[in-house]
Amino acid sequence: MKILVPVKRVVDYNVKVRVKSDGSGMETAGVKMSMNPFDEIAIEEAVRLKEKGVASEIVAVSLGVPQCAETIRTALAMGADRGILVETDAELQPLAVAKLLKAIADKEQPTLIILGKQAIDDDMSATGQMLAALLDWPQGTFASKISIEGEQITVIREVDGGLETVTLNLPAIVTTDLRLNEPRYASLPNIMKARKKPIDKLSPADLGVDPAPRLITLKVSDPPKRKAGVKVGSVAELVAKLRNEAKVI
Amino acid sequence: MTSLVLLEFDAAGIKQPSRSAVAAARKLGEVHALVAGSGLDEAAQAAARLPGVAKVLVADAPGLDHLLAEPAAALLVALAPAYSHLLAATTAVGKNIMPRVAALLDVQPISDIADVVDADTFVRPIYAGNGLATVKSADATKVITVRAASFDPVAAEGGSAAVETAAIPDLPNVSRFVSAALSKSERPELTAARVVISGGRGMQAGENFKLLEPIADKLGAAVGASRAAVDAGFVPNDYQVGQTGKIVAPELYVAVGISGAIQHLAGMKDSKVIVAINKDEEAPIFQVADYGLVADLFTALPELAAELERS
Repeated sequence: MKILVPVKRVVDYNVKVRVKSDGSGMETAGVKMSMNPFDEIAIEEAVRLKEKGVASEIVAVSLGVPQCAETIRTALAMGADRGILVETDAELQPLAVAKLLKAIADKEQPTLIILGKQAIDDDMSATGQMLAALLDWPQGTFASKISIEGEQITVIREVDGGLETVTLNLPAIVTTDLRLNEPRYASLPNIMKARKKPIDKLSPADLGVDPAPRLITLKVSDPPKRKAGVKVGSVAELVAKLRNEAKVI
Repeated sequence: MTSLVLLEFDAAGIKQPSRSAVAAARKLGEVHALVAGSGLDEAAQAAARLPGVAKVLVADAPGLDHLLAEPAAALLVALAPAYSHLLAATTAVGKNIMPRVAALLDVQPISDIADVVDADTFVRPIYAGNGLATVKSADATKVITVRAASFDPVAAEGGSAAVETAAIPDLPNVSRFVSAALSKSERPELTAARVVISGGRGMQAGENFKLLEPIADKLGAAVGASRAAVDAGFVPNDYQVGQTGKIVAPELYVAVGISGAIQHLAGMKDSKVIVAINKDEEAPIFQVADYGLVADLFTALPELAAELERS
C-alpha cells in the first residue's frame, strides 16, 4: 500500500507571530520555520504503518516556495521514501492545495492519504476534507487511532463530547489529531540518508491547476488587547473580588 | 439573499454553538435552518422555535444519522443552489462537513469566522488568534463555519418558523458509523458553560483534576484543560481548550497551573473575566488574567473550594 503525506512549512509553533505594521499580513520574514506539528504526526503514522508491513511506500508532498524542500527532507529523515515538491510563489489556499494534491494522487494512486487536521498558520482545518471531496473518497478527520483491515480502515475520531468510531472504504483520507502518536526525532544517520532520497519537482502548471486564491485578505489587525489585571494576595481576596467587583459568582 | 444553517441538536434541543451560527447568519439576511438524521420531530420543532429562523428544512433519512461527512455534504450540496451562504458552527461536526461541501461546490471555505462585515467579507482569526484577518470571498456561494464564542447565541425559544421536508439526494455509502464513546458528565459542555475551570501541566497528574470538581460543582462550571495536560495524558482530548482544541468565551475562566502558551490563550482569551492561579509569578497567563493569584494550586484549590462553600 502506498501512503501519501502532504507536509506544510509553517512558522515554528514556539514563535509568537506579530501583525505587520502596515496591516498587510503577519511578520514571517526571518522567523524560524518548521513542519506543521500535525503533519509530523501524519508522517509518523505512515512510518509506523510501514514498519508494521502495512505500507510499502511513503511519499511526502509539499507545496510552495523552494524552501519547502527542507520540510520534505525532514519527512524523509523521519522515514518517508521520496518527496514531491510543487514549487510556486503563489499564495496557496486550501482549495488550490486540495486541487494540486488531487492531481498528484491521480498520478500516484495511493491507498491512503494522511494529513494534519489543521495548519497552525491559517488555522483553516480544511484541506483534508476538501481533498477527500475532490477524490470522492471517505474521510476520517481528527483521528486518534487508526487500524487497517483488508479494504477498510477504522478510525477513532476526536469529537466534541468524546470519541466516535467510523469505518471507511479504502482508499481514504485521514487527518491527524494530537493523540494519534508522538512523532519521533530523526536520527543523525537517517538525516544523512534522507539527503540521498529523491525529491521530484513540479509546478502547478504541470498539474493543470490554477492556484489563484479565492479569498482576498483585505487587512490583518491585532486582536483586542486585554487590559492588565491585578494580583490578589489570597484566596479570600480573590473570591471577594469575583463576587463584589467582577460580579461573576 | 438567504442563508442555510446546519444545526446540531441533542435531547435538550438545538446546541448552543449552532444557535450562535444562526446569530451570525441573521446578519446576512433571511435564515433557513437544516436538521438532518432520522426521528427528527422534536429537533424540527426546536429549530422552528429559534428566533430569526424563517424556515426549517427537515432531511429525514437513516443515511444521515450521526451526520457522517460524506452523506451530509451530499445533502448540503443538493440544497446549495437556493442559498447564498451555507453555515455551521465551528464544531467537530461543522469542521468535518463544511470544507467537504465547499470543495464539491468549487469554493474556498471561510473557516471559523469571528465577525460578519458584509455579505462577502468576514473576520477570522489566524496564527492562533495573534492576527485577525479581514477576508473577502470571490466565490458565488459562501461556505462558512462560525466561531460560536464570537456570536451571542439566539434564544432557544421565541420563533415560529415553517417546517418543510427536504428532498434527499443519493447518499454515498462509503463510510459507516460504528460507535460513539461520549464522556458522561453532569456538567455543562465546555463551549456552552457560563464558567470554565481548566487545569494545566501544573496539575501534575490526572487524578489531581478531582481538586477542580468541588469548585466546578459550586460554580456550575465545565472542566477543561490545556494542551500540555492533554499531551501529558492527564485528561482526554475533549477537555482541551486552545487553538487546536475548543474555543471558549465564558463569563468566568479560571486557569489553574496553566502557564499560558500562545495556543492555549487562543482558546480562552475572549472570556469576560479571567482568573489565573499559578505558583510561577512570571507565567504568561498573568498577562491576560484580570485576577492573578500566585500560589501553589495544591493549597489554593482546597482553600477556594472551602471559601466558596462557606458563602
